[in-house]
Amino acid sequence: MTSTDQQPFLSIKDLKVHFSTEDGTVKAVDGLSFDLVRGKTLGIVGESGSGKSVTNLTILGLHNPDSTKVEGSITLDGEELNGASEKTLEKLRGNKMSMIFQDALTSLSPYHTIGKQIGETYRKHTGCSKKAARDRAIEMLRRVGIPQPEVRVDDYPHQFSGGMRQRAMIAMALVCDPELLIADEPTTALDVTVQAQIMDLLKDLQKEFGTAIIFITHDLGVIADIADDVLVMYGGRCVERGSKKEVLRDPQHPYTWGLLSSMPSLDHPVDVPLNPIPGSPPSLLNPPSGCRFHPRCAFAEKVEGGLCSSERPLLEIVDGRGSACHLTAEQRGEYFSDLAGSAAN
Amino acid sequence: MSSTTPLLDVSGLTKHFPIKGGFPIRRTVGHVQAVDGLDFQVGEGESLGLVGESGCGKSTTGRLITRLLEPTAGKISYQGKDITHANRKQLAPVRSEIQMIFQDPYASLNPRHTVGKIIAGPMEINDINPAGGREKRVRELLEIVGLNPEHYNRFPHEFSGGQRQRIGVARALALEPKLIVADEPVSALDVSIQAQVVNLLQKVQQELGIAFVFIAHDLAVVRHFSQRVAVMYLGKIVEIADRDDLYGNPRHPYTRALLSAVPEATVDETPARERIRLQGDVPSPINPPSGCRFRTRCWKATEKCATEAPPLVQVEGNKPGHLTACHYPETADTVPAPRLSKDPEPAV
Repeated sequence: MTSTDQQPFLSIKDLKVHFSTEDGTVKAVDGLSFDLVRGKTLGIVGESGSGKSVTNLTILGLHNPDSTKVEGSITLDGEELNGASEKTLEKLRGNKMSMIFQDALTSLSPYHTIGKQIGETYRKHTGCSKKAARDRAIEMLRRVGIPQPEVRVDDYPHQFSGGMRQRAMIAMALVCDPELLIADEPTTALDVTVQAQIMDLLKDLQKEFGTAIIFITHDLGVIADIADDVLVMYGGRCVERGSKKEVLRDPQHPYTWGLLSSMPSLDHPVDVPLNPIPGSPPSLLNPPSGCRFHPRCAFAEKVEGGLCSSERPLLEIVDGRGSACHLTAEQRGEYFSDLAGSAAN
Repeated sequence: MSSTTPLLDVSGLTKHFPIKGGFPIRRTVGHVQAVDGLDFQVGEGESLGLVGESGCGKSTTGRLITRLLEPTAGKISYQGKDITHANRKQLAPVRSEIQMIFQDPYASLNPRHTVGKIIAGPMEINDINPAGGREKRVRELLEIVGLNPEHYNRFPHEFSGGQRQRIGVARALALEPKLIVADEPVSALDVSIQAQVVNLLQKVQQELGIAFVFIAHDLAVVRHFSQRVAVMYLGKIVEIADRDDLYGNPRHPYTRALLSAVPEATVDETPARERIRLQGDVPSPINPPSGCRFRTRCWKATEKCATEAPPLVQVEGNKPGHLTACHYPETADTVPAPRLSKDPEPAV
């Protein structure tokens, strides 16, 4: 690794992604900033429609340029990606940065063998021979733990099980040793025992190659397992950010409290009902004013002057830690310990 | 069995789907052994959770109980009456007492019908006219599931995923059923909404005394909802017990592995459960392993496991009602499984 280790490898500044649709403009991402260094994993948590997938498609430049307006800056290793030419992006995609998608079956082509699909990326970026690409595909399949890779390399996706397909996708994403890997809910479609295998595999590969990983999920349990830092998204904005320990032990935003207390766990007392967040996620066509969480927030009325519905709370990040909420630090401490206390009883 | 008849009594329930192949004459070339010899009971007002990974036959079981599928073998008794091969006419009265909630709240509601019509559907089919009219009953039901009764005339697309699932629950309640089979009712919903629907189902179960067969892959949700839990693997029940026994004292290696694989949102230095990493995938149900079906992924498997299928019995050390199908059951102080992953868990 180079001396740029301490520099953020990926830096997103005030990213805005707006789609124009028949019904109006959808503000899918609205002012998002974060940094990621090499060898670290950033977990992005949020519900459907919170903008987590859109952010990452935009990093890769996979959005439709005709109907999408992207503002802000995305720098990868010092290179600006927003507004970069398709040719530049093509060189980076699959090579320096790559992506693992949620649904491995629809992301693999049913007409081509696994080996060909893995080798294709490698050939495109290295210009090697078909034979070398095939050898590389076999090597990658071995590395992700597919038994008998020499034989399975000629199989079609339908001949693989769900867990094996996801492994093949990971092999494809890692074939050019990317420095940035974006994993969009890679384990959501898998069973828990297979999910555990895949997460171990990603951790091993990260140790080996020093890859920076963005791991998108809605499952805080998965975050606790894999991430170093956590970014919580709601309604296209970051509401809380910090190290895994900080966010899970000492969450600062009422939305994060809600997520944590609505999740049933194996230790939750069974006779206490779960504590759901009322209402449902906002429409991004016409998002709530002020803090986007305020219509569902139990603490909105504790803030004086109706600030929550009129003014957007600022996200101030100090040492990688911060949250966007109008509550004062004292109020948060009090309300969260109340919540934690009622859950424990 | 006790003298009182359970609401639902299933014994030896089996479903094999034929696989057709060959040309020009398509013959049956094999069978998918989706469900293979299940025995369980559901008492009045009781909630039984069925857990397992995809392909283990839990959804097929749900569809067999509701008789949406014809069982290959075995017996299903409802209130002591054999309904295994009952025909449409004989089933009609039973069907109004057994209802189903489906997984996908988008696909299970007719987009062309209003919510009122959807929820009144079961009453219409069974020609039931409650006092005060169907509309009044529908409004009541909407209120029970936490929706605004004024939304009677709206269409499903006007509701969010969680609200649609509430509509599904209201429809299932329309005929005052005694048993509801809920097939992954919350897995399509967002985390914050899941808890709303789980709480609603719990309220319904407790207040109306309806028995549930709750099918899910999420062990934490099942633990929250069910009094008894059955763990399935490749078409068989490997362990069945009261909730606290199953989660507190899992005896089958698979149950133990499954529990240990659930990711928990904690960052404690000492994890509550020892992680057991299973290797490989679930084998194909077309040609399941001989003997114990779990043996190909089990760290304890011996010769005996390959030749002899372990019966589902109350093994030594189990409380009454806690049945385990294993030759070498786990005990609380068994040395934990060898770690199958190469590296130790990195300290958080």
